[in-house]
Amino acid sequence: MKGQKIFCPSPVVQGLVILVFVLGCCLNAFAQGVTPPDNVEAIDTPNDDGKSITISWDKSPDDGAGAESVTGYKVLRKFPDGEFEEVAPIPTGTTLYVDEGTERGVAYSYIVQAITEGGMTADSEATIPVKPTGEWFHSGKIWIFLAVLLYSAVVVYCIYHARSGKKLFIRRIPGLEAVDEAIGRATEMGRSIMYILGLGSVSNVATIASMNILSQVAQKTADYETPLRVPCNDPIVMNVVREMVKTAYLNEGRPDAYNEENIFFLTESQFAYAAGVDGMMVREKPAAVFLQGTFFAESLILAETGNSIGAIQIAGTDKEHQLPFFIAACDYTLIGEELFAASAYLSREPMLLGSLKGQDYGKVMIFGAIVIGVILELVGITWMTTFFQQVK
Amino acid sequence: MRRQVPLVLCFAFGIVMALTEFSPHRWSKSINEEVIDWALVIGPFALVLAIATLVQTHWARIRRRSEYWQYSFLVFIGMIVMLAFGIPFGQKNPAFTWLFRHVQVPMDATMFSLLAFFIASAAYRAFRARTLEASLLLGAAVIVMIGNVPIGDVIWNAVMPFRDNLPSDARQWILDNPNLSARRGIILGISLGVISQSIRIILGIERSYLGGVEGD
Repeated sequence: MKGQKIFCPSPVVQGLVILVFVLGCCLNAFAQGVTPPDNVEAIDTPNDDGKSITISWDKSPDDGAGAESVTGYKVLRKFPDGEFEEVAPIPTGTTLYVDEGTERGVAYSYIVQAITEGGMTADSEATIPVKPTGEWFHSGKIWIFLAVLLYSAVVVYCIYHARSGKKLFIRRIPGLEAVDEAIGRATEMGRSIMYILGLGSVSNVATIASMNILSQVAQKTADYETPLRVPCNDPIVMNVVREMVKTAYLNEGRPDAYNEENIFFLTESQFAYAAGVDGMMVREKPAAVFLQGTFFAESLILAETGNSIGAIQIAGTDKEHQLPFFIAACDYTLIGEELFAASAYLSREPMLLGSLKGQDYGKVMIFGAIVIGVILELVGITWMTTFFQQVK
Repeated sequence: MRRQVPLVLCFAFGIVMALTEFSPHRWSKSINEEVIDWALVIGPFALVLAIATLVQTHWARIRRRSEYWQYSFLVFIGMIVMLAFGIPFGQKNPAFTWLFRHVQVPMDATMFSLLAFFIASAAYRAFRARTLEASLLLGAAVIVMIGNVPIGDVIWNAVMPFRDNLPSDARQWILDNPNLSARRGIILGISLGVISQSIRIILGIERSYLGGVEGD
């Protein structure tokens, strides 16, 4: 190569070339009238089942500013060996799109296209290929998971601590103290007891809590030979309840007193159920009515009818919207966690009582967090509030 | 054995279903959906049993001529008519739809409308100002009621022009502060109760739902 002459244009020619290039770029931009979006990035969507990719970008400088020529965007996607295909039209001002039409394990790359009113387009650079994958753990729920784990550990500790036989102090719950009074009253008056489980299905925890209370009530009615009527709204609940009540009577040595016909299916329709139960209340005039479980708009219809016939009423529900109605119309109401504490409270089983203690410790933890949060907020420290706002 | 198998199943499914809530993976989702589907499958079988019970109960009442036995005929008439139109012709059959719209829906609406009168009678008893608590309740209720109707603000603004829309602002303050705080307190208690109850069931400490503690 030595001695070979290299072609070198004169400065004038060089200047002309640069001028032509710059003019070309300017004319091209003028012709397109639009600048493409920048910083386009595609990532595997976090905390999903592996069927989506999230694409983000910076708005085109001509979107709402500059030439103001951008009327929208298009997201285009391509397989490793394919062509770019349109995925979705996107309105102006948007900088994020979640593509939920992807297949797991396939790599996709994306471009975002700015579009003008005249149909001209400007493509962004293509992203690097990204494969959507599913995560085993939802990292956004880590704090909830830890809180549930901590609370569960406290409850389990209290349950097993209670096995040692140490006497636990459990606060008095008037609504549950009144269960004996209600059953006794019905027995003395020679009338029946009506137990209403609400509209919840068997998968509802409040319904299970209610069935546990019913089991305790059934043991007492078996002793006193007081008729126990249970109109059911859910067929599965009816079958489980029949089995529970039958066993309760068997345990008390009174299988003869058990009458299967007293536990019956009424209807699954909300207001037809309310009408049916109201009708029975008015006709049969039970001396005691238990309303325990999940209730909706029918709560007051049932409770007021029970009140009008002079029955002693003990209510409890997990629907906080219905609690005021029960408080107004019933003699005793189990509020909040009292419904779930009932079976432990009534049975006095040490291990079940231990779980109530755990529940109380849980409340103390929440109360402590509230007090500390209020104090920190008052002195201008906001990290705790911010932290709880972010926990989802 | 009769008790142990359900307890083991309950433990296994309880733990797995709780964990699926924290995992977005497709296997986790499909397990969750599959188990819920199983529960849905049990429903129709239980419904057959429930309808059999209904028929048995009402038939026995007619046979024994129990008190108000005539109402049991209405149950059978309603059931037979709806089955006669629903099973052979399907849910979209005009006669079936007509019966639903013009019989069941008005009856449901009638029951629901009774709620207004029951609220009035319950409120009358609850708001009798015989104790300090009842008096506070009455005061709060009056403010919320006046604040809820536009005429409350109109009258207030005409009579007391120094502070506009005080009734609706006071109502909003009551709902946003004391009311919401109390509700959230109750919800926290319910949530703790639900978790505690679930732990008792999963660990097999609470067994009443299995039909009591027979033999223990």
